[in-house]
Amino acid sequence: MKKHLLSVGLALMLILSACGQQPKATPSAGGGLPADAAAVAQERGLTPDDIYAAVKTYMPSGQTDPYIMISSGGQSGQVYVIGVPSMRILKEIAVFTPQSWQGYGYGGSGDAVLASGFMPDGSEIKWGDTHHPNISETNGEYDGEFAFINDKANARLAVISLKDFETKQIVKNPNTISDHGGAFVTPNTEYVVEGPQYGVPLGWEYAPIEAYADQYRGLITFWKFDRVAGRVDPSQSFQIELPPYWQDLCDAGKLVSDGWFFCNSFNTELATGGVEAGQPPFEAGTTKNDTDYLHIFNWKKAAEVFQAGKTETINGMAVISLQTAIDEGLLFFAPEPKSPHGADVTPGGEYIIVGGKLDPHVTVYSFAKIQAAIQAGGLQTDQYGVPVIPLDQVMEAQVELGLGPLHTVFDDKGYAYTSLFLDSAVARWTLGGPYDEKNPEDGWTLVQKLPVQYNIGHITAAEGDTASPDGQYVVALNKWSIDRFANIGPLMPQNFQLVDISRTGDQMKVLYDMPIGMAEPHYAQMIKADKLKAWQVYPEIGWNPETNSVDPNAITSEEEARVERNGSEVEIWMSVIRSHYKPERIDLQQGDHVVWHLTSLERTPDATHGFALSGYNINLSLEPGETQTIEFTANQSGTFTYYCTEFCSALHLEMMGYLTIKP
Amino acid sequence: MKLFNLDPDVKVLLPDGSTRQLLDYLLPSALLMVAALLLVTSMFVPYWSMTMTAPQYPKGLKVDVYVTHLAGDVREIDELNHYLGMPPLDEGGQWERSIAPFALAALGLLLAAGVFVHNQWAALLALPVLGYPLVFLADLWIILYQYGHSIDPNSALGGAIDPFTPPLWGEGKVGQFGTIANWEFGLWLACGAAAVVLLALWFHRAAYKPIVDARRAVAGGRLSATSSR
Repeated sequence: MKKHLLSVGLALMLILSACGQQPKATPSAGGGLPADAAAVAQERGLTPDDIYAAVKTYMPSGQTDPYIMISSGGQSGQVYVIGVPSMRILKEIAVFTPQSWQGYGYGGSGDAVLASGFMPDGSEIKWGDTHHPNISETNGEYDGEFAFINDKANARLAVISLKDFETKQIVKNPNTISDHGGAFVTPNTEYVVEGPQYGVPLGWEYAPIEAYADQYRGLITFWKFDRVAGRVDPSQSFQIELPPYWQDLCDAGKLVSDGWFFCNSFNTELATGGVEAGQPPFEAGTTKNDTDYLHIFNWKKAAEVFQAGKTETINGMAVISLQTAIDEGLLFFAPEPKSPHGADVTPGGEYIIVGGKLDPHVTVYSFAKIQAAIQAGGLQTDQYGVPVIPLDQVMEAQVELGLGPLHTVFDDKGYAYTSLFLDSAVARWTLGGPYDEKNPEDGWTLVQKLPVQYNIGHITAAEGDTASPDGQYVVALNKWSIDRFANIGPLMPQNFQLVDISRTGDQMKVLYDMPIGMAEPHYAQMIKADKLKAWQVYPEIGWNPETNSVDPNAITSEEEARVERNGSEVEIWMSVIRSHYKPERIDLQQGDHVVWHLTSLERTPDATHGFALSGYNINLSLEPGETQTIEFTANQSGTFTYYCTEFCSALHLEMMGYLTIKP
Repeated sequence: MKLFNLDPDVKVLLPDGSTRQLLDYLLPSALLMVAALLLVTSMFVPYWSMTMTAPQYPKGLKVDVYVTHLAGDVREIDELNHYLGMPPLDEGGQWERSIAPFALAALGLLLAAGVFVHNQWAALLALPVLGYPLVFLADLWIILYQYGHSIDPNSALGGAIDPFTPPLWGEGKVGQFGTIANWEFGLWLACGAAAVVLLALWFHRAAYKPIVDARRAVAGGRLSATSSR
């Protein structure tokens, strides 16, 4: 009786609170669309599915997305930040390519970051090809502190702080020229791994292609991440020499497989191309064999081998030789069909899923079986002496999904989602083993193939490669859009398609098409928005985002603004606040060398100022509290203006000054 | 008025031999101390606030005025006000803020002294506390007046606005900003202290007037006794 009273009371409270929260003019839930909305739907010929998709993705003004996608920016060299499910692009983070909005590479602090990633001889690199962003992890979960991304074009790695969403560091890999299997972090971001791609002679030297098998090598790099400094530490990083098999995508083991790392490869044929000389082209040469090799690394042991000094130093990097890797048991192979793509570890770390690309299956490797086979020993080796575990000893399952399986992500209901490039579809299938009971279907079975438009490459899911995926959404990163958008010329946007995976069984639905008209992104990760703890303004006035501390040349008030001249050396401390610079007049002599410190005295969110100096290729973005320093020689004489390039106030146009340079 | 009796056996003996309850004398003293406590507490909470609302400030801007300092979005309000040529908020009432802790401590001490003055002069000691909220508001009005009448004609928009006095209480409008002036908890504490002092004085009078009267009566009786001798 008491219980009944209690529940009646609770029900009353619920009703009352529901009444209290009832906004004005809300249609009754489940009571159909309001008449005017129904009229619009009818006029536009929207199906019930369309209306569901619209309601699922529409983000009313002022509401923010529950997920944030950190996406590769492909050939733009940048990273995109996108809200999910609204699919609104929030920001482009300048990473490998100068970007004038953020004043990145136009005189300010970004110049030094970019310069740190130049070629070993100092040659400038003007762009990048970003492929695989990875958010820093703690215990196999995104922690929202940092993001990392590789530059396939030049074998570089960038560190982005998710406090201000700015690039803090670029490291150039001195021993290779291209990478692909990066960036992938270990479960506590001990290392950020940069897997290789095309084989080059060890040490990135010259060697004729005829010497491919003997002198060309693959190379995997374990960049040590110093979380406190927020930088990778090359002196604590190491590389492992590999056969020149064109290692591809990688993933770190987690939980039960923590300490291990997995990469696939696709040129065990050692193809060297030469179609012009009558040789099979790479596309044929590299696909001849039925299997390539899944690379299995014991990275924790490799770190010990590095600590023990069993390395050689090549171009300043510690390299564990292939022979040492074999002798120390750091590297094992397992065959994988066929010219595969993607090596993705299940949430609990039990299995590694390899997409067949040219094989219609995904092959599921059991980490336990891999360990058993390694323990048992007596393995055959490949031509370079690396132990090869027979496929039947380590395979847990093979699931036929369709044509062109590439990448796999996971949800919270025991489903895996694999992109099928050739079928242009997302395959939902069930994991077996411990995941079997999480959904109604049997383990290792294809459940649904959802067509996507078109040619899906990567796929990402909400927290979909962590130890505890969220489900809810998958995004198909489609390479082609063909007819999805208005025709705007031959170079067409890519199509990010949002897929609803919230319901079990064959109920996946495409919800939204988002054109990406800036580049062709590759991978993306989707993090819960509330895990990100970004600043709205810099913590203190005078903040230097590069050093992550107050700049010694910052000023904290307009009174400190000044110009000091010492011969032809001129140093300027400038304050920046709505709507004026101080000083507003600067006189120089042609040939003066100028060091110019600018400090934003703003503390208000979004009160960003720009600083453009016409004729000198200078443009800065000074976010509230930020200090930056520019340095140049006043080679051109004449009358120059500087002005604010970020609309800051009603008197923004008046925010300017004159720089007169006397000949 | 008998709220409750502390201990019926403990009594105060008046000069004329009559007795009164101990509580009658503890109560005014306690109330004076409570008033002093309220005053001191008020130092740590805002007295007055100005909230400014505008489309581009969805959370609004608010400055909290304490008797000792200003808090809140002072920086941003100053930043906006500089367009109008208004002086920084911090410039008004600097002297008042510098002496406020001592002044409030002095008011509290006066109240404490009132505990030991058992005649009508106690009211004189308490008088400043009664006037304090009014003094605060009057001073604030002067500061606001000066503030709205010190517009720098050389500022960006200084020539475009007439001198004005921001309201002490209630809503106003400056440009796209709506302003809401509010009396905050500290001022209410000060008013409360004044009210408590009034109450204390009432009980003080109720307690000590009989003593004064009795003293007079006894003194008068002695006088008459002597003269008749």
